[in-house]
Amino acid sequence: MPKYMLMFVGSDDWYAKQSKEELDNAYKPIMAWWDDLSKTGVIKGGEELGMQRDATTVKRVNGTMKVFDGPFIESKETVGGFALIEVADLDKAIAIAKSWPGGDVEVRPIVDHSS
Amino acid sequence: MAAVFHEEAGRLTAALVKRLGDFDLAEECVQDALVAALEHWPRTGIPDNPGAWLMTTAHRKGIDRLRRETRYREKVAQLEETPMTQAGSMSDERLELIFTCCHPALAREAQLALTLRSVAGLTTAEIARAFLQSESTVAQRLVRAKRKIVDAKIPFRVPEGHELPDRVGEVLAVLYLMFNEGYLATGSRGAMDRDLAAEAEWLTSLLAQLMPDEPEVLGLLALMRFNRARADARFDGGGEIVLLRDQDRSKWDRKLIDETLLLVGRFMRMRGPGPYQLQALIAGAHADAKSWETTRWNEIVRSYDALLGFSDTPVVRLNRAIALWHLAGPATALGEIDALAAALSGYHLFHATRAELLRALGRTADARASDERALELTENPAERALLERRLARRPR
Repeated sequence: MPKYMLMFVGSDDWYAKQSKEELDNAYKPIMAWWDDLSKTGVIKGGEELGMQRDATTVKRVNGTMKVFDGPFIESKETVGGFALIEVADLDKAIAIAKSWPGGDVEVRPIVDHSS
Repeated sequence: MAAVFHEEAGRLTAALVKRLGDFDLAEECVQDALVAALEHWPRTGIPDNPGAWLMTTAHRKGIDRLRRETRYREKVAQLEETPMTQAGSMSDERLELIFTCCHPALAREAQLALTLRSVAGLTTAEIARAFLQSESTVAQRLVRAKRKIVDAKIPFRVPEGHELPDRVGEVLAVLYLMFNEGYLATGSRGAMDRDLAAEAEWLTSLLAQLMPDEPEVLGLLALMRFNRARADARFDGGGEIVLLRDQDRSKWDRKLIDETLLLVGRFMRMRGPGPYQLQALIAGAHADAKSWETTRWNEIVRSYDALLGFSDTPVVRLNRAIALWHLAGPATALGEIDALAAALSGYHLFHATRAELLRALGRTADARASDERALELTENPAERALLERRLARRPR
């Protein structure tokens, strides 16, 4: 069955603006969503990512790898977490993405190297 | 023979895509079969069942092609185990094909090009000419769309249950855009070119045949036909726009209007109202009126009110205000329109409409300023000519 990566869009800004209580409330439906889909075997893995401000990028510069502070692409909104799902086709993946209780979601097919 | 090809190209493509899951290969096989028909039929005559002939030929050509090309080797089995034609029953998977081509995960331009290519059987060159784009742009767009269908696994099927209304809406949006692209285009296209409006109407009538219980499909079909019935009166001999009010109604296709009114009766009985049906009702009220003065404006305003319930946009409100003018007078209509100024200040028809209302109220200087603003905002040559004529009529 095909696999897709759901990439959840988030921003450091939003995170910083929430109170402890607001964060707890925002996470409740997300945790429930995650549990349900994990139990039914749709979610095969995934994590929440730390802040973009803590990102480090390693770039190949003139043949050697150099370390830089910051993300690969600087932007207000960025991938804040991801889930690896296994479903029949893109329509099913879109339906899962639509049910995500957070913000925007990018759906990307996973390349199958087995066949 | 052209009519047979039109009907069968999509059917063949659909059947082969279903079996092979590969748009490119399906199109190549269909092309082979059509070329074979062009060679044989002029000598042997069109066979009794041209669809079956083409299907069998495409199937055989497909197997030949697969055997020749190693990249397709594993697909030979898929074709060999499922014969394309069972006696008597010809499969029709064009509905699945339409929904796949108009999948919301594809960009709008890609949906348009792919539908014309796969379902209507236009060549890439024909599509490029119809959209006034280069052939390589369209070819690239088609390649990308087909690659996404395969790589992202966009399913080849009619969406189910709760998904269906949105997806039907997506298909209708593609077809309506295609129609307008052809209908609103002015000049610049050769007589040899395929008419996008005609293709869109053909595709919509195909959809109506495949989904006979969807009132919105019939609504869009009726809307297109009412527009086509009045198409010849839209321009005068010199290619200048003639506004609906000034059109020679004897040039309208009365027979087509009457037939389309029957279609309206059909969707009305289904009792599932929607935006395309309402727009068809509005177009129908105009088409059925003997003159501008005797137009049933109250009905039209009512339809606009219902349309606002589905899509409350400034453009719908603008059009409603024009109808309201004839029911409640220019001052009332102007009040409604002025409330839209912020939203529509960059839209030339807002200013052109405002100019007409101001003129009706005797405010000629203000009317002139609005016409000038409209002229600044449009590049369409026919619209510019109309506005320039208006401005020339009233020197300062």
